[in-house]
Amino acid sequence: MRAGLRQMNILSPARAKWLGVALIALTLIGLPFALSSVGTAWVRIANLAILFTFLALGLNIVVGFAGLLDLGYIAFYAVGAYAYALLASPHFDLHLPFWVILPIGALVACLFGVLLGAPTLKLRGDYLAIVTLGFGEIVRIFLNNLSQPVNITNGPQGISRIDPFSFGSFSFSQNETIVGLAFSGPIKYYYILLALLLLAIVVNLRLQHSRIGRAWEAIREDEVAARAMGIDTTRIKLLAFAMGASFGGIAGGMFAAIQSFISPESFVLVESIMVLSMVVLGGMGNVWGVVLGAVLLSFVPELLRYTVEPLQQSLFGRSIIEPEVIRMLLFGMALVLMMLYRPAGLLPSAVRKRELTKPQGREA
Amino acid sequence: MSGALLECKGLDKRFGGVLALAEVGFNINRGEIYGLIGPNGAGKTTLFNALTGIYAYDSGGFSFAGETLAGLRPDQIAARGIARTFQNIRLFGNLSALDNVMIGRHVRTRAGVFGAILRTRATREEEAAIEKRALELLEYVGIAARANDVARQLPYGDQRRLEIARALATEPKLLALDEPAAGMNATETLELRKLLERVRADGTTILLIEHDMKLVMGLCDRVLVLDYGRSIAEGPPREVQSDPRVIEAYLGGAVAGAAA
Repeated sequence: MRAGLRQMNILSPARAKWLGVALIALTLIGLPFALSSVGTAWVRIANLAILFTFLALGLNIVVGFAGLLDLGYIAFYAVGAYAYALLASPHFDLHLPFWVILPIGALVACLFGVLLGAPTLKLRGDYLAIVTLGFGEIVRIFLNNLSQPVNITNGPQGISRIDPFSFGSFSFSQNETIVGLAFSGPIKYYYILLALLLLAIVVNLRLQHSRIGRAWEAIREDEVAARAMGIDTTRIKLLAFAMGASFGGIAGGMFAAIQSFISPESFVLVESIMVLSMVVLGGMGNVWGVVLGAVLLSFVPELLRYTVEPLQQSLFGRSIIEPEVIRMLLFGMALVLMMLYRPAGLLPSAVRKRELTKPQGREA
Repeated sequence: MSGALLECKGLDKRFGGVLALAEVGFNINRGEIYGLIGPNGAGKTTLFNALTGIYAYDSGGFSFAGETLAGLRPDQIAARGIARTFQNIRLFGNLSALDNVMIGRHVRTRAGVFGAILRTRATREEEAAIEKRALELLEYVGIAARANDVARQLPYGDQRRLEIARALATEPKLLALDEPAAGMNATETLELRKLLERVRADGTTILLIEHDMKLVMGLCDRVLVLDYGRSIAEGPPREVQSDPRVIEAYLGGAVAGAAA
């Protein structure tokens, strides 16, 4: 069938590819309006999905490319979020524009990345995971307690009334009608988030197929050999931590602006594990796999939340199992099935697939 | 200065109470193929690991092209121009043969994060040059047809060649090979010998650990014999071969060792 089409020169592979790209682009552009017709809540969910995809792409640099298991990644998200909140809210009465704060947030998160990376350079696998897990918790606990003696983070109450993104009088939080279309706040955020996500995908892809990306791969495969080949493993690993952390910092800033309220509760360990699950479910090291994993894990739970309750009502006349419980049940089942049937992820990278089908372990 | 590329003086290395290397000293001249032989456990690989910065040593040291190597990290030593292969092959097993060699170019190229993200012209040109050079090197060692194959699925002999190609990609002045002929059949060993002669002819000095005495005798200009971490003989292969101490180390030593 496809060969026939190709013969007729209607759908050459190149054309088919462009057609696909155009279709996806149109879908993505139209999506928020379709979603808002169901309910603005869904646009917000889409925004959070994009944000988490962005985060997962950042973590993919550390875990997928460089092979450094990081269980405290959400700390960088927190650092970015608090950097934004402190510099654009009534808390310190600072109101810097977002295009100034986002780079600052990235930079601060990047510094934290190096801070975490430097002492853990000699650690691998489980040991690294434990230290990064501790790091994530330390950051959260600091945020929770830095309200005394000087009130910096406002403790568990969090920071509220955070400024939205705005250019002069054009604010991303207000509703607006442009050429007959109603742009709500979340819809406007959707487009800026989408643009940033595309940028993140390009950065990920380009890093992967570069000299630095190869060095990360080499370290993941065999650190001793990588060093013997002249790769400064210290620098290259720190670079992975710093890059991943910067992504987290930017995502955190966007999160703060969209939510207009943040508190340490948003940055708990489960969130780190969620982002890691997105990377693993999709396929570590494969950019498109990570995107797929993040979108699935962001949307499916929400879909369940909106369907499980009505379904039970109509079947049994009352709600027997809470949606949250079913969510975790399905999530656990999905993880078990994954490990059994697709250990390298839904869309695994070729290299990772080989690693996980290794016939027998080689000595380290 | 003399023709010495690498000078090693009074090298000591202890593992706890074991003296793995004791007062080892030798010079390798430019353009030479220098052999390192000795019974198992004599300290040959330990010497390699000390040379390439993987092990720290207790005293003595190396001077390479007039510069001391003391305290340098393995990557810095590779940057100075010493590349090595490993006794138990250490390729990047899940990557393609081409990728393995391209990684070897890391130390001679410069593109950083920003170059990669912006994909500047300089970066694109460098990438193209890296790939071209890597393909040339695969051709050079005779496995160009295997460029896209996964490294760990290559036949054993090809893996050894790939390791040599990867090491050559770092543009070494000194190529240090740890038992490159181990596990090879006679034909493969012969091809390896031709390859190493070509590498030398193209201007790279070679330091070779090898158990295949035929290969060592045919290829090396001079050899150093280690036994229990001490150098017991040095010189052209023919002379060393008939040295009574060497014969004892290989034949009588086994008996003495069993008694001890």
